[in-house]
Amino acid sequence: MSTDAPVSPRAGTPGSPAPGFDLDRPWRLDDRVAVRPEPFGALLYHFGTRRLSFLTDTTLLAVLRALGEHPTARSACMAAGIGDGALPAYQRALGTLARSQMIARRAGP
Amino acid sequence: MIAAADRSGPVARLAERFERGLTSPICLTWELTYACNLACVHCLSSSGRRDPAELSTAECKQVIDTLQRMQVFYVNIGGGEPTVRRDFWELLDYATGHQVGVKFSTNGTRIDAAAARRLAASDYVDVQVSLDGATAEVNDAVRGVGAHQAAICAMQHLAAAGFTGFKLSVVVTRHNVSQLDELKALADTYGAQLRLTRLRPSGRGADTWHQLHPTAAQQRQLYDWLAARGEQVLTGDSFFHLAPYGGPLPGLGLCGAGRVVCLIDPVGDVYACPFTIHPEFLAGNVRQPGGFEQVWRDSPLFTRLRQPQSGGACTSCRFYGSCRGGCMAAKFFTGLPLDGPDPECAQGHGQAALRLAGPAAAPRPAVDHSHRGPLRARAAPGRRARTGPVPVIIGSRPSPASLPGSAAPPARPCDANPLAGFGSEASKDQHYVLDAAHTQRKG
Repeated sequence: MSTDAPVSPRAGTPGSPAPGFDLDRPWRLDDRVAVRPEPFGALLYHFGTRRLSFLTDTTLLAVLRALGEHPTARSACMAAGIGDGALPAYQRALGTLARSQMIARRAGP
Repeated sequence: MIAAADRSGPVARLAERFERGLTSPICLTWELTYACNLACVHCLSSSGRRDPAELSTAECKQVIDTLQRMQVFYVNIGGGEPTVRRDFWELLDYATGHQVGVKFSTNGTRIDAAAARRLAASDYVDVQVSLDGATAEVNDAVRGVGAHQAAICAMQHLAAAGFTGFKLSVVVTRHNVSQLDELKALADTYGAQLRLTRLRPSGRGADTWHQLHPTAAQQRQLYDWLAARGEQVLTGDSFFHLAPYGGPLPGLGLCGAGRVVCLIDPVGDVYACPFTIHPEFLAGNVRQPGGFEQVWRDSPLFTRLRQPQSGGACTSCRFYGSCRGGCMAAKFFTGLPLDGPDPECAQGHGQAALRLAGPAAAPRPAVDHSHRGPLRARAAPGRRARTGPVPVIIGSRPSPASLPGSAAPPARPCDANPLAGFGSEASKDQHYVLDAAHTQRKG
Protein backbone atom coordinates (compact mmCIF):
# COMPACT_ATOMS: atom_id res chain seq x y z
CA MET A 1 0.00 0.00 0.00
CA SER A 2 1.16 3.51 -0.70
CA THR A 3 -0.11 6.41 1.24
CA ASP A 4 -0.24 10.00 0.13
CA ALA A 5 0.13 13.01 2.35
CA PRO A 6 -3.23 13.97 3.83
CA VAL A 7 -5.36 15.98 1.47
CA SER A 8 -6.77 19.08 3.02
CA PRO A 9 -7.45 22.59 1.80
CA ARG A 10 -5.38 23.70 4.80
CA ALA A 11 -2.32 21.81 3.58
CA GLY A 12 -1.51 24.16 0.71
CA THR A 13 0.52 27.30 1.06
CA PRO A 14 -1.84 30.22 1.66
CA GLY A 15 -1.88 32.62 -1.20
CA SER A 16 0.00 30.31 -3.57
CA PRO A 17 -1.54 30.12 -7.03
CA ALA A 18 -3.89 27.18 -7.53
CA PRO A 19 -2.54 24.65 -10.04
CA GLY A 20 -4.50 23.88 -13.15
CA PHE A 21 -7.52 22.03 -11.87
CA ASP A 22 -10.46 22.92 -14.06
CA LEU A 23 -13.31 23.83 -11.73
CA ASP A 24 -15.66 24.38 -14.62
CA ARG A 25 -15.70 20.80 -15.86
CA PRO A 26 -17.79 17.89 -14.63
CA TRP A 27 -15.88 15.54 -12.33
CA ARG A 28 -16.65 12.41 -10.38
CA LEU A 29 -15.08 10.10 -7.90
CA ASP A 30 -13.23 7.38 -9.79
CA ASP A 31 -15.24 4.15 -10.07
CA ARG A 32 -12.48 2.19 -8.35
CA VAL A 33 -12.35 4.49 -5.32
CA ALA A 34 -14.00 3.64 -2.02
CA VAL A 35 -14.65 6.23 0.70
CA ARG A 36 -14.60 5.28 4.37
CA PRO A 37 -15.70 7.82 6.97
CA GLU A 38 -13.38 8.15 9.96
CA PRO A 39 -13.41 10.40 13.03
CA PHE A 40 -10.75 12.65 11.45
CA GLY A 41 -12.51 12.86 8.06
CA ALA A 42 -12.28 9.97 5.62
CA LEU A 43 -10.04 7.47 3.94
CA LEU A 44 -10.04 7.13 0.19
CA TYR A 45 -8.72 3.95 -1.33
CA HIS A 46 -8.12 3.39 -5.03
CA PHE A 47 -8.36 -0.30 -5.89
CA GLY A 48 -6.48 0.20 -9.14
CA THR A 49 -3.49 2.20 -7.98
CA ARG A 50 -3.68 0.72 -4.45
CA ARG A 51 -3.08 4.15 -3.04
CA LEU A 52 -4.64 5.42 0.12
CA SER A 53 -5.43 9.07 0.74
CA PHE A 54 -6.55 10.69 3.95
CA LEU A 55 -9.07 13.48 3.87
CA THR A 56 -8.95 15.67 6.93
CA ASP A 57 -11.60 18.17 5.93
CA THR A 58 -15.28 17.30 6.12
CA THR A 59 -16.26 20.02 3.65
CA LEU A 60 -13.93 18.50 1.07
CA LEU A 61 -15.55 15.15 1.78
CA ALA A 62 -18.97 16.67 1.11
CA VAL A 63 -17.68 18.07 -2.20
CA LEU A 64 -16.37 14.65 -3.24
CA ARG A 65 -19.59 12.90 -2.39
CA ALA A 66 -21.61 15.40 -4.42
CA LEU A 67 -19.16 15.81 -7.29
CA GLY A 68 -20.87 13.34 -9.61
CA GLU A 69 -24.23 15.06 -9.32
CA HIS A 70 -23.10 18.55 -10.23
CA PRO A 71 -22.50 19.94 -13.70
CA THR A 72 -19.15 21.36 -12.58
CA ALA A 73 -16.75 21.03 -9.66
CA ARG A 74 -17.33 24.71 -8.95
CA SER A 75 -21.03 24.09 -8.46
CA ALA A 76 -20.29 21.17 -6.10
CA CYS A 77 -18.03 23.48 -4.06
CA MET A 78 -20.67 26.20 -3.91
CA ALA A 79 -23.32 23.69 -2.82
CA ALA A 80 -20.99 22.66 0.02
CA GLY A 81 -20.92 26.27 1.17
CA ILE A 82 -17.39 27.15 -0.01
CA GLY A 83 -17.09 30.88 -0.63
CA ASP A 84 -14.90 32.61 -3.17
CA GLY A 85 -12.16 33.25 -0.61
CA ALA A 86 -11.74 29.58 0.23
CA LEU A 87 -12.21 28.29 -3.31
CA PRO A 88 -8.52 28.34 -4.39
CA ALA A 89 -7.58 26.11 -1.45
CA TYR A 90 -10.25 23.59 -2.43
CA GLN A 91 -9.19 23.84 -6.04
CA ARG A 92 -5.67 22.86 -4.98
CA ALA A 93 -6.97 19.94 -2.93
CA LEU A 94 -9.10 18.71 -5.83
CA GLY A 95 -6.07 19.04 -8.10
CA THR A 96 -4.12 16.78 -5.75
CA LEU A 97 -6.90 14.20 -5.86
CA ALA A 98 -7.07 14.41 -9.66
CA ARG A 99 -3.32 13.82 -9.97
CA SER A 100 -3.57 10.71 -7.82
CA GLN A 101 -6.55 9.54 -9.95
CA MET A 102 -8.96 9.60 -7.02
CA ILE A 103 -11.27 11.82 -9.05
CA ALA A 104 -11.72 11.71 -12.79
CA ARG A 105 -13.21 13.85 -15.53
CA ARG A 106 -16.71 12.90 -16.45
CA ALA A 107 -18.17 13.26 -19.91
CA GLY A 108 -20.36 16.31 -20.13
CA PRO A 109 -20.50 19.92 -21.23
CA MET B 1 22.07 15.37 6.03
CA ILE B 2 18.49 15.83 7.04
CA ALA B 3 18.16 17.42 10.43
CA ALA B 4 16.71 15.23 13.16
CA ALA B 5 13.24 16.52 13.62
CA ASP B 6 10.27 16.01 15.82
CA ARG B 7 7.16 14.99 13.99
CA SER B 8 5.55 17.99 12.47
CA GLY B 9 3.29 18.90 9.58
CA PRO B 10 0.06 17.31 8.40
CA VAL B 11 1.38 13.71 8.42
CA ALA B 12 2.36 13.99 12.06
CA ARG B 13 -0.94 15.51 13.12
CA LEU B 14 -2.74 12.74 11.32
CA ALA B 15 -0.53 10.13 13.00
CA GLU B 16 -1.62 11.52 16.35
CA ARG B 17 -5.24 10.99 15.35
CA PHE B 18 -4.39 7.45 14.28
CA GLU B 19 -2.91 6.69 17.69
CA ARG B 20 -6.46 7.02 19.00
CA GLY B 21 -7.64 4.31 16.63
CA LEU B 22 -9.78 4.06 13.53
CA THR B 23 -13.28 2.80 12.77
CA SER B 24 -11.69 -0.07 10.85
CA PRO B 25 -8.09 -1.12 10.34
CA ILE B 26 -6.17 0.43 7.45
CA CYS B 27 -3.95 -2.55 7.19
CA LEU B 28 -5.02 -5.96 8.31
CA THR B 29 -2.85 -9.03 8.18
CA TRP B 30 -4.61 -12.35 7.94
CA GLU B 31 -2.56 -15.47 8.23
CA LEU B 32 -4.65 -18.12 6.54
CA THR B 33 -2.73 -21.13 7.77
CA TYR B 34 0.12 -22.13 10.02
CA ALA B 35 1.04 -24.77 7.47
CA CYS B 36 4.20 -24.13 5.54
CA ASN B 37 6.36 -26.12 3.20
CA LEU B 38 9.43 -24.23 4.40
CA ALA B 39 10.86 -23.81 7.88
CA CYS B 40 12.54 -20.38 7.90
CA VAL B 41 14.61 -19.89 11.02
CA HIS B 42 13.12 -16.43 11.69
CA CYS B 43 9.45 -17.23 10.98
CA LEU B 44 7.47 -14.62 12.92
CA SER B 45 4.51 -16.98 13.36
CA SER B 46 6.47 -20.18 14.13
CA SER B 47 4.67 -21.82 11.23
CA GLY B 48 5.01 -25.35 9.97
CA ARG B 49 2.04 -27.56 10.85
CA ARG B 50 -1.56 -26.81 10.08
CA ASP B 51 -3.66 -26.14 13.16
CA PRO B 52 -6.63 -28.52 13.31
CA ALA B 53 -8.82 -25.62 14.46
CA GLU B 54 -8.01 -23.55 11.36
CA LEU B 55 -10.95 -21.46 10.09
CA SER B 56 -13.01 -23.36 7.54
CA THR B 57 -13.74 -22.04 4.07
CA ALA B 58 -17.20 -20.92 5.20
CA GLU B 59 -15.77 -19.16 8.26
CA CYS B 60 -13.16 -17.42 6.12
CA LYS B 61 -15.92 -16.18 3.82
CA GLN B 62 -17.80 -14.81 6.82
CA VAL B 63 -14.68 -12.91 7.83
CA ILE B 64 -14.44 -11.50 4.30
CA ASP B 65 -18.11 -10.42 4.50
CA THR B 66 -17.30 -8.60 7.74
CA LEU B 67 -14.27 -6.92 6.19
CA GLN B 68 -16.38 -5.78 3.27
CA ARG B 69 -18.97 -4.31 5.64
CA MET B 70 -16.24 -2.58 7.63
CA GLN B 71 -14.67 -1.27 4.41
CA VAL B 72 -11.31 -2.82 5.05
CA PHE B 73 -10.10 -2.11 1.56
CA TYR B 74 -7.53 -4.83 1.41
CA VAL B 75 -5.89 -7.50 3.49
CA ASN B 76 -2.34 -8.75 3.64
CA ILE B 77 -2.67 -12.49 3.47
CA GLY B 78 0.14 -14.58 4.84
CA GLY B 79 0.82 -17.70 6.81
CA GLY B 80 2.48 -20.12 6.88
CA GLU B 81 2.41 -20.42 3.16
CA PRO B 82 -1.14 -19.34 2.27
CA THR B 83 -1.15 -21.10 -1.09
CA VAL B 84 -1.01 -24.53 0.55
CA ARG B 85 -4.62 -24.10 1.63
CA ARG B 86 -6.71 -26.01 -0.87
CA ASP B 87 -9.30 -23.22 -0.87
CA PHE B 88 -6.70 -20.48 -1.33
CA TRP B 89 -7.81 -19.51 -4.85
CA GLU B 90 -11.46 -19.74 -3.90
CA LEU B 91 -10.92 -17.36 -0.99
CA LEU B 92 -8.86 -15.03 -3.16
CA ASP B 93 -11.69 -14.82 -5.68
CA TYR B 94 -14.27 -14.42 -2.93
CA ALA B 95 -12.38 -11.51 -1.36
CA THR B 96 -11.74 -9.65 -4.59
CA GLY B 97 -15.37 -10.22 -5.58
CA HIS B 98 -16.42 -8.52 -2.34
CA GLN B 99 -14.38 -5.31 -2.57
CA VAL B 100 -11.61 -6.64 -0.39
CA GLY B 101 -8.32 -6.41 -2.26
CA VAL B 102 -5.66 -8.95 -1.45
CA LYS B 103 -1.94 -8.71 -1.17
CA PHE B 104 -0.52 -12.05 -0.28
CA SER B 105 2.93 -13.14 0.77
CA THR B 106 4.39 -16.30 -0.62
CA ASN B 107 7.66 -18.15 -0.66
CA GLY B 108 7.06 -18.61 -4.38
CA THR B 109 7.18 -22.38 -4.40
CA ARG B 110 3.67 -22.66 -5.82
CA ILE B 111 3.70 -19.73 -8.19
CA ASP B 112 4.04 -21.55 -11.48
CA ALA B 113 3.30 -20.10 -14.92
CA ALA B 114 -0.43 -20.76 -14.68
CA ALA B 115 -0.73 -19.24 -11.20
CA ALA B 116 1.25 -16.21 -12.36
CA ARG B 117 -1.09 -15.68 -15.31
CA ARG B 118 -4.10 -15.93 -13.05
CA LEU B 119 -2.64 -13.38 -10.62
CA ALA B 120 -1.61 -11.01 -13.39
CA ALA B 121 -5.20 -10.94 -14.67
CA SER B 122 -6.60 -9.32 -11.51
CA ASP B 123 -6.35 -5.65 -10.60
CA TYR B 124 -7.28 -6.47 -7.05
CA VAL B 125 -4.47 -8.86 -6.24
CA ASP B 126 -0.91 -8.02 -5.34
CA VAL B 127 1.83 -10.51 -4.62
CA GLN B 128 4.78 -10.34 -2.32
CA VAL B 129 7.55 -12.87 -2.91
CA SER B 130 9.76 -13.45 0.11
CA LEU B 131 13.51 -13.60 -0.37
CA ASP B 132 16.04 -12.88 2.34
CA GLY B 133 19.25 -12.75 0.37
CA ALA B 134 20.40 -11.75 -3.10
CA THR B 135 22.39 -14.97 -3.27
CA ALA B 136 21.32 -18.53 -2.55
CA GLU B 137 24.06 -18.75 0.03
CA VAL B 138 22.67 -15.93 2.16
CA ASN B 139 18.99 -16.62 1.55
CA ASP B 140 18.99 -20.37 1.94
CA ALA B 141 20.88 -20.22 5.24
CA VAL B 142 17.71 -18.64 6.64
CA ARG B 143 14.91 -19.94 4.42
CA GLY B 144 16.15 -23.41 3.50
CA VAL B 145 17.96 -25.03 0.60
CA GLY B 146 16.21 -24.34 -2.68
CA ALA B 147 14.19 -21.39 -1.38
CA HIS B 148 16.23 -18.87 -3.37
CA GLN B 149 15.66 -20.71 -6.62
CA ALA B 150 11.95 -21.08 -5.86
CA ALA B 151 11.56 -17.33 -5.30
CA ILE B 152 13.51 -16.46 -8.44
CA CYS B 153 11.37 -18.86 -10.48
CA ALA B 154 8.20 -17.31 -9.08
CA MET B 155 9.42 -13.86 -10.06
CA GLN B 156 10.30 -15.07 -13.55
CA HIS B 157 6.82 -16.48 -13.93
CA LEU B 158 5.19 -13.29 -12.67
CA ALA B 159 7.29 -11.14 -14.98
CA ALA B 160 6.60 -13.42 -17.93
CA ALA B 161 2.87 -13.17 -17.20
CA GLY B 162 3.11 -9.38 -17.38
CA PHE B 163 2.56 -8.80 -13.66
CA THR B 164 4.45 -5.59 -12.99
CA GLY B 165 4.91 -3.95 -9.65
CA PHE B 166 4.62 -7.04 -7.51
CA LYS B 167 6.75 -6.90 -4.39
CA LEU B 168 10.06 -8.53 -3.63
CA SER B 169 9.92 -8.69 0.14
CA VAL B 170 13.11 -8.90 2.17
CA VAL B 171 13.57 -9.13 5.91
CA VAL B 172 16.78 -7.23 6.60
CA THR B 173 19.38 -9.27 8.46
CA ARG B 174 23.00 -8.95 9.45
CA HIS B 175 23.90 -11.07 6.42
CA ASN B 176 21.89 -9.43 3.66
CA VAL B 177 22.21 -5.78 4.70
CA SER B 178 25.32 -5.58 2.50
CA GLN B 179 23.25 -6.82 -0.48
CA LEU B 180 20.66 -4.04 -0.61
CA ASP B 181 21.88 -2.76 -3.98
CA GLU B 182 21.84 -6.27 -5.43
CA LEU B 183 18.36 -6.89 -4.05
CA LYS B 184 17.12 -3.63 -5.57
CA ALA B 185 18.67 -4.63 -8.89
CA LEU B 186 17.03 -8.04 -8.64
CA ALA B 187 13.62 -6.45 -8.06
CA ASP B 188 14.22 -4.10 -11.01
CA THR B 189 15.11 -7.06 -13.24
CA TYR B 190 11.67 -8.54 -12.76
CA GLY B 191 9.72 -5.29 -12.79
CA ALA B 192 9.05 -5.70 -9.08
CA GLN B 193 9.22 -3.21 -6.24
CA LEU B 194 11.61 -3.86 -3.39
CA ARG B 195 10.11 -4.02 0.08
CA LEU B 196 12.40 -4.16 3.09
CA THR B 197 11.09 -4.97 6.53
CA ARG B 198 12.49 -5.26 9.97
CA LEU B 199 13.51 -8.56 11.54
CA ARG B 200 11.46 -8.93 14.71
CA PRO B 201 12.25 -11.29 17.56
CA SER B 202 8.80 -12.86 17.12
CA GLY B 203 7.99 -16.54 16.64
CA ARG B 204 11.11 -18.52 15.78
CA GLY B 205 12.75 -15.13 15.36
CA ALA B 206 12.97 -15.04 19.15
CA ASP B 207 15.62 -17.76 18.90
CA THR B 208 17.56 -16.26 16.03
CA TRP B 209 17.15 -12.50 16.44
CA HIS B 210 20.30 -12.01 18.47
CA GLN B 211 22.40 -13.64 15.75
CA LEU B 212 20.54 -12.21 12.75
CA HIS B 213 19.47 -8.67 13.52
CA PRO B 214 21.64 -5.95 11.97
CA THR B 215 24.37 -4.47 14.13
CA ALA B 216 24.19 -0.83 15.21
CA ALA B 217 26.58 0.17 12.41
CA GLN B 218 24.45 -1.75 9.91
CA GLN B 219 21.26 -0.06 11.17
CA ARG B 220 22.85 3.26 10.37
CA GLN B 221 23.89 2.04 6.93
CA LEU B 222 20.35 0.76 6.34
CA TYR B 223 18.84 4.08 7.40
CA ASP B 224 21.05 6.04 5.01
CA TRP B 225 20.26 3.63 2.18
CA LEU B 226 16.53 3.95 2.78
CA ALA B 227 16.63 7.73 3.24
CA ALA B 228 18.39 8.08 -0.12
CA ARG B 229 15.71 6.08 -1.91
CA GLY B 230 12.58 7.62 -0.43
CA GLU B 231 9.39 6.05 -1.73
CA GLN B 232 11.13 3.87 -4.31
CA VAL B 233 11.53 1.22 -1.64
CA LEU B 234 8.62 0.11 0.53
CA THR B 235 9.13 -0.61 4.20
CA GLY B 236 5.68 -1.24 5.66
CA ASP B 237 6.60 1.60 8.01
CA SER B 238 8.79 -0.89 9.86
CA PHE B 239 11.89 1.24 10.39
CA PHE B 240 10.36 4.24 12.11
CA HIS B 241 12.54 3.46 15.13
CA LEU B 242 15.55 4.60 13.06
CA ALA B 243 14.17 8.14 12.52
CA PRO B 244 16.59 9.64 15.09
CA TYR B 245 19.45 8.96 12.64
CA GLY B 246 18.26 11.81 10.46
CA GLY B 247 14.54 12.43 10.36
CA PRO B 248 11.45 10.44 9.49
CA LEU B 249 11.39 7.93 6.64
CA PRO B 250 8.29 7.83 4.41
CA GLY B 251 5.27 6.47 6.27
CA LEU B 252 3.14 7.29 9.25
CA GLY B 253 5.96 6.77 11.72
CA LEU B 254 4.00 5.15 14.48
CA CYS B 255 3.35 1.78 16.04
CA GLY B 256 0.00 0.89 14.54
CA ALA B 257 -0.70 -2.12 16.75
CA GLY B 258 -4.40 -2.24 17.59
CA ARG B 259 -4.76 1.28 16.22
CA VAL B 260 -4.47 1.01 12.46
CA VAL B 261 -3.29 -2.59 12.09
CA CYS B 262 -4.00 -5.99 13.59
CA LEU B 263 -3.61 -9.66 12.86
CA ILE B 264 -6.18 -12.41 12.38
CA ASP B 265 -4.40 -15.73 12.83
CA PRO B 266 -5.38 -19.05 11.19
CA VAL B 267 -7.68 -20.07 14.06
CA GLY B 268 -9.39 -16.68 14.14
CA ASP B 269 -7.50 -15.19 17.07
CA VAL B 270 -7.08 -11.44 16.74
CA TYR B 271 -3.75 -10.01 17.88
CA ALA B 272 -2.58 -6.42 18.03
CA CYS B 273 -0.15 -6.85 15.15
CA PRO B 274 1.46 -9.60 13.05
CA PHE B 275 4.47 -9.69 15.35
CA THR B 276 2.64 -10.19 18.62
CA ILE B 277 1.30 -13.74 18.57
CA HIS B 278 1.20 -14.09 22.36
CA PRO B 279 -1.67 -14.16 24.90
CA GLU B 280 -0.52 -10.76 26.16
CA PHE B 281 -1.66 -9.20 22.87
CA LEU B 282 -4.70 -11.36 22.14
CA ALA B 283 -7.78 -9.17 21.74
CA GLY B 284 -10.39 -11.82 20.94
CA ASN B 285 -11.50 -14.27 18.26
CA VAL B 286 -13.53 -13.80 15.10
CA ARG B 287 -15.69 -16.79 16.11
CA GLN B 288 -17.01 -15.05 19.21
CA PRO B 289 -20.39 -13.26 19.11
CA GLY B 290 -19.98 -9.93 17.37
CA GLY B 291 -17.11 -11.32 15.32
CA PHE B 292 -14.11 -9.37 14.17
CA GLU B 293 -15.98 -6.08 14.10
CA GLN B 294 -16.65 -6.15 17.81
CA VAL B 295 -13.11 -7.26 18.64
CA TRP B 296 -11.68 -4.37 16.63
CA ARG B 297 -14.02 -1.74 18.04
CA ASP B 298 -14.54 -2.83 21.64
CA SER B 299 -11.88 -5.21 22.90
CA PRO B 300 -10.31 -4.04 26.17
CA LEU B 301 -6.81 -4.60 24.77
CA PHE B 302 -7.32 -2.44 21.70
CA THR B 303 -9.11 0.20 23.75
CA ARG B 304 -6.07 0.34 26.02
CA LEU B 305 -3.61 0.53 23.11
CA ARG B 306 -5.54 3.51 21.74
CA GLN B 307 -5.08 5.51 24.90
CA PRO B 308 -2.12 7.85 25.23
CA GLN B 309 0.98 5.78 25.93
CA SER B 310 3.64 6.69 28.40
CA GLY B 311 7.13 7.16 26.99
CA GLY B 312 8.51 5.89 30.29
CA ALA B 313 12.28 5.96 30.32
CA CYS B 314 12.26 7.47 26.82
CA THR B 315 10.24 10.57 27.67
CA SER B 316 13.29 12.66 28.45
CA CYS B 317 15.05 11.71 25.20
CA ARG B 318 14.95 14.47 22.63
CA PHE B 319 14.29 11.94 19.88
CA TYR B 320 11.19 10.42 21.48
CA GLY B 321 9.01 12.56 19.24
CA SER B 322 10.45 10.90 16.14
CA CYS B 323 10.82 7.25 17.16
CA ARG B 324 7.95 7.05 19.69
CA GLY B 325 9.88 4.41 21.61
CA GLY B 326 9.99 2.00 18.67
CA CYS B 327 8.36 -1.39 18.22
CA MET B 328 6.22 -2.93 20.95
CA ALA B 329 6.81 -6.49 19.73
CA ALA B 330 10.59 -6.04 19.54
CA LYS B 331 10.61 -4.84 23.14
CA PHE B 332 8.25 -7.49 24.44
CA PHE B 333 10.01 -10.49 22.93
CA THR B 334 13.45 -9.31 24.03
CA GLY B 335 12.20 -8.85 27.59
CA LEU B 336 12.35 -5.06 27.61
CA PRO B 337 9.71 -2.88 29.26
CA LEU B 338 7.13 -1.60 26.79
CA ASP B 339 7.60 1.97 27.94
CA GLY B 340 11.35 1.99 27.41
CA PRO B 341 13.74 1.99 24.47
CA ASP B 342 13.54 -0.31 21.47
CA PRO B 343 16.27 -2.99 21.49
CA GLU B 344 17.63 -1.36 18.33
CA CYS B 345 17.33 2.21 19.69
CA ALA B 346 19.32 4.53 17.43
CA GLN B 347 20.77 6.20 20.51
CA GLY B 348 22.17 2.91 21.75
CA HIS B 349 19.92 2.74 24.81
CA GLY B 350 18.53 -0.62 23.70
CA GLN B 351 21.81 -2.47 24.08
CA ALA B 352 22.19 -1.20 27.62
CA ALA B 353 18.60 -2.16 28.41
CA LEU B 354 19.14 -5.67 27.00
CA ARG B 355 22.20 -6.16 29.20
CA LEU B 356 20.22 -4.98 32.19
CA ALA B 357 17.21 -7.20 31.49
CA GLY B 358 19.28 -10.30 30.73
CA PRO B 359 18.21 -13.19 28.50
CA ALA B 360 15.89 -14.70 31.13
CA ALA B 361 13.54 -11.71 30.90
CA ALA B 362 12.39 -12.59 27.40
CA PRO B 363 9.00 -14.35 27.34
CA ARG B 364 8.77 -17.54 25.34
CA PRO B 365 6.56 -17.44 22.28
CA ALA B 366 3.34 -19.14 23.34
CA VAL B 367 2.01 -20.36 20.00
CA ASP B 368 4.24 -22.74 18.08
CA HIS B 369 3.34 -24.73 14.98
CA SER B 370 6.90 -25.50 13.93
CA HIS B 371 7.57 -28.81 12.22
CA ARG B 372 8.66 -31.20 14.92
CA GLY B 373 11.49 -32.68 12.88
CA PRO B 374 13.31 -31.66 9.74
CA LEU B 375 11.09 -31.31 6.70
CA ARG B 376 11.08 -34.50 4.71
CA ALA B 377 11.95 -34.18 1.07
CA ARG B 378 11.72 -36.74 -1.65
CA ALA B 379 14.62 -39.11 -1.92
CA ALA B 380 17.53 -38.00 -4.01
CA PRO B 381 17.44 -39.23 -7.59
CA GLY B 382 18.48 -42.78 -8.10
CA ARG B 383 17.97 -43.71 -4.45
CA ARG B 384 15.24 -45.67 -2.82
CA ALA B 385 12.55 -43.80 -0.99
CA ARG B 386 13.41 -43.09 2.60
CA THR B 387 10.83 -43.06 5.27
CA GLY B 388 12.87 -41.23 7.88
CA PRO B 389 13.28 -37.47 7.92
CA VAL B 390 15.86 -35.93 5.65
CA PRO B 391 16.81 -32.25 5.41
CA VAL B 392 14.47 -30.33 3.14
CA ILE B 393 15.78 -29.95 -0.36
CA ILE B 394 13.63 -28.10 -2.79
CA GLY B 395 14.47 -27.00 -6.25
CA SER B 396 16.83 -29.84 -7.04
CA ARG B 397 15.38 -31.73 -9.94
CA PRO B 398 16.33 -35.28 -10.57
CA SER B 399 18.08 -35.80 -13.87
CA PRO B 400 15.56 -36.75 -16.56
CA ALA B 401 17.18 -40.12 -17.07
CA SER B 402 16.46 -41.09 -13.49
CA LEU B 403 12.73 -40.51 -13.78
CA PRO B 404 10.90 -43.23 -15.65
CA GLY B 405 8.66 -41.86 -18.35
CA SER B 406 9.62 -38.25 -17.74
CA ALA B 407 9.52 -35.75 -20.56
CA ALA B 408 12.34 -33.72 -22.01
CA PRO B 409 14.31 -31.64 -19.54
CA PRO B 410 13.11 -28.08 -19.07
CA ALA B 411 14.84 -25.48 -21.16
CA ARG B 412 15.28 -23.31 -18.10
CA PRO B 413 15.13 -24.26 -14.43
CA CYS B 414 11.85 -22.40 -14.08
CA ASP B 415 10.05 -24.27 -16.80
CA ALA B 416 9.23 -26.76 -14.12
CA ASN B 417 7.92 -26.12 -10.67
CA PRO B 418 10.85 -26.67 -8.34
CA LEU B 419 8.45 -28.55 -6.10
CA ALA B 420 6.94 -30.59 -8.92
CA GLY B 421 5.62 -33.80 -7.53
CA PHE B 422 5.30 -32.47 -3.99
CA GLY B 423 2.37 -30.13 -4.26
CA SER B 424 -0.80 -32.12 -4.31
CA GLU B 425 0.38 -34.60 -1.75
CA ALA B 426 1.64 -31.92 0.57
CA SER B 427 -1.67 -30.09 0.51
CA LYS B 428 -3.54 -33.18 1.62
CA ASP B 429 -1.18 -33.94 4.41
CA GLN B 430 -2.28 -32.39 7.63
CA HIS B 431 1.27 -31.70 8.63
CA TYR B 432 2.46 -30.57 5.23
CA VAL B 433 5.64 -32.50 5.37
CA LEU B 434 7.04 -33.20 1.99
CA ASP B 435 6.48 -36.87 2.03
CA ALA B 436 9.12 -38.94 0.34
CA ALA B 437 6.99 -42.07 0.12
CA HIS B 438 4.12 -40.29 -1.65
CA THR B 439 6.24 -38.76 -4.34
CA GLN B 440 8.10 -41.97 -4.96
CA ARG B 441 4.86 -43.84 -5.49
CA LYS B 442 3.74 -41.22 -7.90
CA GLY B 443 6.90 -41.62 -10.00
